This record gives sequence, C-alpha cells and structure tokens, in this order.
Amino acid sequence: MTSTDVARAAMIAPVPARSAAQPKVHVGAGQAEKITIRDLKFFYGDSLALKGIDLPIYERKVTAFIGPSGCGKSTLLRVLNRMYDLYPKQRAEGEVLLDGIDILSPKLDLNLLRSRVGMVFQKPTPFPMSIYDNIAFGVRLYETISKSELDGRVEAALRRAALWNEVKDKLDASGLSLSGGQQQRLCIARSIAVRPEVILLDEPCSALDPISTAKIEELIDELKADYTIAIVTHNMQQASRTSEYTAFMYLGELVEFGETEQIFMSPHDRRTQDYITGRFG
Amino acid sequence: MSLMAPIDHSASRPRYMRRRRLNFVMMSLSLAAAAFGLLWLLAILSTLVFKGVGGLSLDVFTQSTPPPGSQGGLLNAIVGSAIMTAIGVAVGTPIGILAGTYMAEYGRHNRLTTTVRFINDILLSAPSIVIGLFVYEVVVIQMGNFSALAGALALAILVVPVVVRTTEDMLNLVPNQLREAASALGLPRAVVIQRIAYRAARAGMITGVLLAIARVSGETAPLLFTALNNQFWSSDLNAPMASLPVVIFQFALSPYTDWQQLAWTGALLITLAVLTLSIAARILAAGSRK
Repeated sequence: MTSTDVARAAMIAPVPARSAAQPKVHVGAGQAEKITIRDLKFFYGDSLALKGIDLPIYERKVTAFIGPSGCGKSTLLRVLNRMYDLYPKQRAEGEVLLDGIDILSPKLDLNLLRSRVGMVFQKPTPFPMSIYDNIAFGVRLYETISKSELDGRVEAALRRAALWNEVKDKLDASGLSLSGGQQQRLCIARSIAVRPEVILLDEPCSALDPISTAKIEELIDELKADYTIAIVTHNMQQASRTSEYTAFMYLGELVEFGETEQIFMSPHDRRTQDYITGRFG
Repeated sequence: MSLMAPIDHSASRPRYMRRRRLNFVMMSLSLAAAAFGLLWLLAILSTLVFKGVGGLSLDVFTQSTPPPGSQGGLLNAIVGSAIMTAIGVAVGTPIGILAGTYMAEYGRHNRLTTTVRFINDILLSAPSIVIGLFVYEVVVIQMGNFSALAGALALAILVVPVVVRTTEDMLNLVPNQLREAASALGLPRAVVIQRIAYRAARAGMITGVLLAIARVSGETAPLLFTALNNQFWSSDLNAPMASLPVVIFQFALSPYTDWQQLAWTGALLITLAVLTLSIAARILAAGSRK
C-alpha cells in the first residue's frame, strides 16, 4: 500500500525546484504542514547535537527519521513534544511550529502540548496498574466523562491498537503481565486514548519480535488516516514500508529529506546512498 | 604456534586441582563465618524465649509496672512505647517522604540535594543518645519537665533519616522512561510523582517506614532524657511516660527477681514485635520485585 500511496502523493505534489532557503528539502507543495522546523539547534550542555535543522512534517502522513546512531534523530523527536524539558541541561534554539504556534516558546503550556503530541518509546513502558487504568488514566485527567463513556473510550483505544481481542477478558490484570509486543500496543492505545494530533514513535519496534513488529507496522498504516506520525527507526525496511516521507540525518545535520520512494530509489546525496545501501552506519 | 590455538588441557591439571582445593578452603571459611554469625543470633533468641516465656501471662498485658515485690505487668510500658512510636512515625514519615521526593524528583543533581544527602547520612548513623541529649536541651529544659511529647520528638528525629534515605533510593530506582511516558501523556509533574512514581516505588517506601518503626520501637537512649519513665499508667503527653526499652533497662539492672523477670518478658515482646515488622518488610520488598 505504501508505495502506491507514495506514487499518488508524487502525482499530486510534483517535486519543486530547490529553493535557496531549504536546500535539502525536495518536496512540500500541496501538503499541509502540521509541524514546521526552522533552523533548529539543540544543545546537551555545551555540545551541539542538532546543527540547524529545516524540515516539514506533513499532516496525516508518516515521516520517518533514519540515520546512524548518534545522528540526532531521537533528539529531534524529543524536541517535538519538549520531552527534553525534563532535564536541566538540555535546550533548543530556533523555531518549531505546530499549526503555526511556536512550541519552543517558554510560555507554552507543556502539558497541553504533550496532550496534543503523544509519544511511544523504544522500551514498552506500561504503568504499574491494570490494563484498563493504563488507558483510562490519561483520559480521566483531561475529561470528565461517565464510567460507561470511559469504558467505551478504553475499548475504542484498545481496538484501534489491535489489542482488544487479546485483553478484553482481563482488563483488570496488570499492564506488566502482558508480553513485550502487547505492552507496546498498550502504550500506543494509551497515547491515542487522549486523542492527540501527532504521534511520535521512537524506535517502537526495536525491542519486539518480528510478528509484533508486523502488527505495529500495520497499526501505523491505519493510524495515519487520523494522525500525523513521526517515526524514528534503525530499520531501513521499516522506514520504506511505513512512511511517505523520509529524513536522513547524519552527525546532527539533515542530509536529505524527501518522499520515501525517492530517498530509497534515487537519493540525491552520496551519504544517503551509502547509508541506505549499508556502506556505513 | 599462534596465541589462540588450542592447548593440551591435561597438562594444566595440577593448576586446576590447586584452584579446586583453594575453592574448597575458602568456601568452608565462608560457611563457618556465616554459621558463627547465626549462632549468636540463635543464642540470643533462645535465651530470650527461655527466660521470657515463663513470665508471660495475661497480667503482663493488663497491669502496670509493679513496685518491687508485688505482682504487675507491662501495660503502661507497652502502651507508652506504642504511643510514642506512633507519634514519632506520624511526625517523621511525612517529613522524610517529602524530603526524599524533593531529592529524587526535583533536585536530583543540585547542590541542595547533595548537601541534604550528606547531612542525612550523618544523622542516619548518629548515636541515638546524642539525639536524646539534643531534645533534652531544646525541649525538656525549655518546657521544664520530661514528657512523652519530647520522647516522641526524639523518635521522630530518628525516623526522618531512615525514611528520607529509602524514599530517595526507591524513587531513584523508578526508571526515567516511566516518568517520560507519563509526561508524554501531558500529565503534570505532581501527578506523575503521586500516581506513577509513588506507585512504582510503593513497596520499597513502605518497607522503609516499617524499618523505621522497627528501629525506633527498640530505642532506649533517646527516651532516657526525654520521656524518662513512669511507674504508673499515664496517657498524658505532657508527663513522663513509660516505654518498654526504658523499663527493660531499669528492671534488668534492679536487684529484684520479679522485676528482672518482667525485663526478660519485655525483651521477648519487643524482639518479637521487631522481628514481625522486619519479616513484613521483607515480604513486601520481595513481593514488589515480581
């Protein structure tokens, strides 16, 4: 499905000429930008981890970040929901616009931002409570809804994450009692239960077996109908299977961004080609 | 021949046999040391049971400490210990948990935390008699009399460092990923701490409080200069109050055999209580590791 989507997107959105302002970005026209990143620099203490990134993330599309370890792709993801704010010595400079609002602004309500931009992590992180409460917890915090409505929300989220059939008879069991793949789908269900607009996936399958990985990838394919998705992955096949757009990063720089098919079939940059063909990384 | 080529292992047999012999000797020494430690524990427990059980009767729990030569029990001491321990824990635990929470959740790397941790470690190993003397100076002399309240305060000061330490340690063991995951849902920090971090660290934190109770319920020194002792039933917090450890201390040193018998019985009771608390703490800690 993904490749036909890419082809269709390519027809609707012809590749524009390279502009001086965005030398590395080859696409954009005709797509709504959910997130716009402009000249983003990121610091861990004194060391510069992102050296001026310019990048669009399109609405209801899957954008994959690839690149060798330490290239800054996870760092970039953690800027998009200000996760780095939990740690005192990390800071970002530049501009990151979510629907036109600068999310790097110190005045921004972080909890509100994070309720709009959900995140799923590399290791499954179920809360130490029941499966039901794992999902209901976040919902209860933002909405006052009746028990039956809440039941409906929990079921909907679990169905959406393709977990309902496996857990419907043991919603009271601890979230920790599930297998790794189920835990990860529980975490995805938990994220979508609070109805975010963007979902960030930070190597969501790197701790999972191939069957669970396939399930999560199917899920990503379904979720993009409603959500804008950004995924960091080390797995090149996963990037090409799940995403419409791919950003290749190297040593804190965005080397190349474009439609996934173009990045994998005819990369413009030598380093992108070397990486996707396995010559380094 | 290359360095990594296979060698004839039968040639190295003497070396291997020597290592086996050495292993046997060291293993035996370790076992002997462990047995030596256990021996004294068993000796103490069996002496306590042997000498203490004889004095156990309903009177122990229903009558107050007697004058020499007459019948009586330990009721005032048991209740006094319970009251002062309860107040001490009730005062010390919230302070300890709040301090530990600050250190692990808010100021993990800052100067204040490092300083507080250092001072807390000193307090943790401070001789309890020093704390008794401190409360004597600050409270007993100011108020003009010995009181149960002063005793409870001295115990609270002993509870705080234990609870601070376990709370901080247990919260530090909660993986950061869990906090990130909760924050990523848009949960405010206070909710992340109360609903997620406390929940994940709950068993360990309760264990810390139980250990603090076990520790202070057996303390004599901090009560000697604060709550003093009381031969009679008293629940007045502003008056001297009896406690099991102080009664044991006083009766064991007395020349009267019936007092000495009560001291043995009291020692047995307090040991059983502390043992029960420690075992409960162990079971809780083990349960949380699943």
